[in-house]
Amino acid sequence: MAKHDDTLEAQITQWRAYLRRRPAIRTGDVEELEGHLRDQVTALVDAGLAADEAFLVAVKRMGNLDAVSREFAREHSERLWKQLVVAPAGATEAERRASSVETLVVVGLAAAAGLAVKLPELFGYPPLVNVDEELLPFYFRNMSFFVLPILAGYFAWKRRLDRAGCVRLAVVFAAAALVINVFPFAHGGHTILLAALHLPIALWLVVGVAYAGGRWRDGGGRMDFVRFSGELFIYYVLMALGGGVLTGFTLATFSAIGANVEWFAQQWLLPCGALGAVIVGAWLVEAKQSVVENMAPVLTRLFTPLFAAVLLAVLATMVWTGSGIDVEREVLIGFDLLLAVVLGLLLYAVSARDPHAPPDAFDALQLLLVVSALVLDGVALAAIAGRISEFGFSPNRVAALGENLILLVNLAWSAWLYARFLGGRGPFSALERWQTDYLPVYAVWAGFVVVAFPPLFGFL
Amino acid sequence: MNISKDLVAASAAPLVLAILAEGDSYGYAIIKRVGELSGGQLRWTDGMLYPVLHRLERLGYVEARWATAETGRRRRYYRITKAGRAHLETQREQWQAVDATLRGIWRTLTSMHAPGCPA
Repeated sequence: MAKHDDTLEAQITQWRAYLRRRPAIRTGDVEELEGHLRDQVTALVDAGLAADEAFLVAVKRMGNLDAVSREFAREHSERLWKQLVVAPAGATEAERRASSVETLVVVGLAAAAGLAVKLPELFGYPPLVNVDEELLPFYFRNMSFFVLPILAGYFAWKRRLDRAGCVRLAVVFAAAALVINVFPFAHGGHTILLAALHLPIALWLVVGVAYAGGRWRDGGGRMDFVRFSGELFIYYVLMALGGGVLTGFTLATFSAIGANVEWFAQQWLLPCGALGAVIVGAWLVEAKQSVVENMAPVLTRLFTPLFAAVLLAVLATMVWTGSGIDVEREVLIGFDLLLAVVLGLLLYAVSARDPHAPPDAFDALQLLLVVSALVLDGVALAAIAGRISEFGFSPNRVAALGENLILLVNLAWSAWLYARFLGGRGPFSALERWQTDYLPVYAVWAGFVVVAFPPLFGFL
Repeated sequence: MNISKDLVAASAAPLVLAILAEGDSYGYAIIKRVGELSGGQLRWTDGMLYPVLHRLERLGYVEARWATAETGRRRRYYRITKAGRAHLETQREQWQAVDATLRGIWRTLTSMHAPGCPA
């Protein structure tokens, strides 16, 4: 009998776990349904059935759980939405407590990030808004340190990173801060500008290491970080829109009652909000991860054809008019950004694709996008190389050369892998692997620009 | 005899309210009572009762509370509210109207097929 009871308990536990996975069915409902099941089993056993038979009959009478869960969802449609932020449905008491602890930690970290930007004022620096030409570089080059170490700290806490891992993260951030602040940069020079622009890229990958916990060496962990970055970007844009509305209303309402709070909006609301929002956004992405379909892949699907059309139009125009690329700095930067967007589209298309699905029309479109970007990148590289052979090396030209080479290598190999996949001669996972393996290259190059460029070019 | 899904769904709310009007109860006992009342003809999928109960609760027709049952486990007991009784009354009138209409037509049909009438 005792053995029977054990089996029955195991069966009921399994059934309960199955039920708890349904987002529309809450803990209380599970308990209620389980009570029903047990009453039914008891009644059937009393009527002479064996425990396992009684369990089967009771489960059958309970009905198809998909249908039941659908009815629950119809009655409680709000549940499918609310859990974006609150503890997941079916959370135990301990999980709920952990979730509220996390909320507190996030609020604390967001406040810390918001206040970090005010920290320099304690040391006599003017607030960010009033800085003149003299001091702008200080905030500019240190922008990463107001929020990225805190974000990395959040993930170190969340992923329970071991002590050695935490120390490594801290050392990297400290070394970066040291380098960027003690280098004797020439005032208004190119190398400081390049270093300040590349530092966040390098440090973002450091955040990625913290994000992945112990899984950075594994392609899946890196791909998750790519997805996280895209989702965070979308959340951040949404929060920035909300923040803009909040600021506008604050200013308008206070001016309606005759008070000018522009100083507050400029010195506190905007800078603190902009940095705190990074942490809050990261937390939101973490919290909703599996709940709603991710946005980045959806946007990718939407914009891949459009960007492919734009690139093809650019190429066609270049062929038609016979004009090359203007090698002005602004043009080149815009061009590099365009290629980076193409790479992003590729990356998100890869991240959201079922690696086992056969090739379809979208893949062909993707290949078209990659190949046209590749051609454009080749043209840009030729232009930069021509410029270098004409005027010699400068930090900007070498940085542009390096970036375009990195993009070229990635795009070329991606095109090759994509073509193989479309031809049925290679798996899609090869492309995925290539992209995740390539991620550190960006960070290494960015780090190189930060650390090696200034001394190489005499801090000019 | 299997009663159609639509009929089961339509009669669920008034039936549950009527059973609760007899006295407070909980899910399993309500299902059992439905079986008794219908002589086993009205078979519900057990799990489907709970969304119905939750809907009645949201509409304010029943109240729910957790209490410890004699088995030692917690159980969710439901009680009909004043609004629930009023709703039950209107439901009853509606069902009686439907029932009376159907009865009328059944009677006519039966007399048409009675002996002496042309087949």
